[in-house]
Amino acid sequence: MSYFLFRRTVGFIATLIAVSIVVFAVMNVLPGDPALTILGLDATDDALAALREDLGLNDPVLARYFGWVGSALVGDLGLSHSFRVPVSELITERLPMTISLAVAGMIVTLVIALGVGIYAASRHGKPGDWVTMFLSQLGIAVPAFWLSILLVLLFAVKLRWLPPGGFPGWSDPIAAIRSLVLPTVALALVQSAVLARVTRSSALEVTRQDFTRTARASGLSQRRILWRHVLPNALVPIVTIVGMQFAALVTGTIVIENVFYLPGLGRLIFQSIANRDLPTVQALVMLFAVIVVTANFIVDLLYVLIDPRLKARA
Amino acid sequence: MRPLPANFIIGAVLVGLVVGVAALSLIWTPHDPTTLNIRGKFGDPSALNWLGTDQLGRDIVSQLMAAARNSMTVALVAVLLGGSIGVALGLLASAVGGWVEDIVMRLADLGFAFPALLFAIMLAAVFGPSLTNAVLAIAFINIPIFARVARASANQIWTREYVLAARAAGMNKLAITGDHILPNIAAAVIVQATIEFAVAILAEAALSYLGLGAQPPASSWGRMLSEAQTLMYLAPDLAIYPGLCIVIAVLGFGLLGDGLRDITDPRLARTR
Repeated sequence: MSYFLFRRTVGFIATLIAVSIVVFAVMNVLPGDPALTILGLDATDDALAALREDLGLNDPVLARYFGWVGSALVGDLGLSHSFRVPVSELITERLPMTISLAVAGMIVTLVIALGVGIYAASRHGKPGDWVTMFLSQLGIAVPAFWLSILLVLLFAVKLRWLPPGGFPGWSDPIAAIRSLVLPTVALALVQSAVLARVTRSSALEVTRQDFTRTARASGLSQRRILWRHVLPNALVPIVTIVGMQFAALVTGTIVIENVFYLPGLGRLIFQSIANRDLPTVQALVMLFAVIVVTANFIVDLLYVLIDPRLKARA
Repeated sequence: MRPLPANFIIGAVLVGLVVGVAALSLIWTPHDPTTLNIRGKFGDPSALNWLGTDQLGRDIVSQLMAAARNSMTVALVAVLLGGSIGVALGLLASAVGGWVEDIVMRLADLGFAFPALLFAIMLAAVFGPSLTNAVLAIAFINIPIFARVARASANQIWTREYVLAARAAGMNKLAITGDHILPNIAAAVIVQATIEFAVAILAEAALSYLGLGAQPPASSWGRMLSEAQTLMYLAPDLAIYPGLCIVIAVLGFGLLGDGLRDITDPRLARTR
């Protein structure tokens, strides 16, 4: 176990280092002058020189890379050019929105997907199976941002049950939750379409095994067999996809926050692109990549908890 | 011969429809998709404008057709570019093995840390948003996917007896890769390419919706949706048609890919 853990941890850290190099390289080393990008073509030479000095662009590339990583490790992500405050401050303000959206989306995804997937597996080959699988095939093809627009059209424009976008802040919890309902559903429905299919096929695989037949022969109810015997054994492929989906959910929030005008990191990243605020974009891209890599790392560890046999092969 | 799977047939019909419309738009659209006609804005569907006109009086059908062409072009270029680099790397890893294989596969792992959206955001921040950057971002995420598929399939072929025989006969690895490995992994690569085509269409639409892809006046389903979103109270139907087109295209290529896999690898079809 400890050797496995050690190998995976080393791989995880190596990936993080490599990711930081890629992000830094794309944002800094590619042809082009960041100072010119930020200030625009009509900037004066003096202003450009001052900003280059300010950004540390006159230092050697390696020194800048290590400077960036070193400060990032102690929580200093530089100064935002457009907001004139530390980037870390911007992130702490907006992170709760993005995380709550992603976590709520994940929970709704799991509830829908496990329910639908197990239901479809229990109705294998029957109309209930076909209908749910057709819907999930459709769900995979629907872009989350279009689904969001459709939800807004129905629930905000037509029925006027929920707000079409924006966020009133947590001082009014009811209003805050109401404004998060549509974004969460939009985020979760598309993801659960993928997960429901995996759940179904994985559950079907398990129902073909001997112990399921034995359980059935011992007279256990279909419901009990599915939830107590089939689902736990069907979890390995499900967990793989859930890990990938959490990463997809977090990047999905970038899109959804922009559809619903929610003040999270995804919205911040687009404001920063529009303001040519490179330090902020760089910090945010790195943060999102770290979340994706960390999610995959956790999945790797979860595998072994769920199925210790995998350790031998790892 | 076994009958063709249903997903293959439905997928082929949908893909034929979308590709046909995209090809037709090269020589004919009912109107010029970019011609403005402010007087005729928000026009209802009519014999002249089948689905009506948008907020600037542009013909919706013509815009959807031009957008289909742009979407297919982006997906084709991105998948071809990312796919060829990925397949080449996968074949190299499989043929050489050892530390080369290790490095290629670790690089492929690294690629998975960057969803297309993040990569497009970086490129847009540095070079400004453009369709070219969107294509590059989508191509980039395809590289590790194809590298993995090519390597996994190629590794199986390298153990076959006819490959061992070719090696025993003194054929070098490059020639074996060209003569035996590539033709035998082609099916797996084509299946993957069809599925990635669907993903690329979805990615282009999302990037264009967010303003990181097609720029005005180029037509794009994603951009049409972002414009329609601001007009939802005035003209809700503008937000319907482009989305339907995306779904038809993505569903078509997705089903076609699944169908092709069922045909080329019947073992998988049984368990799914």
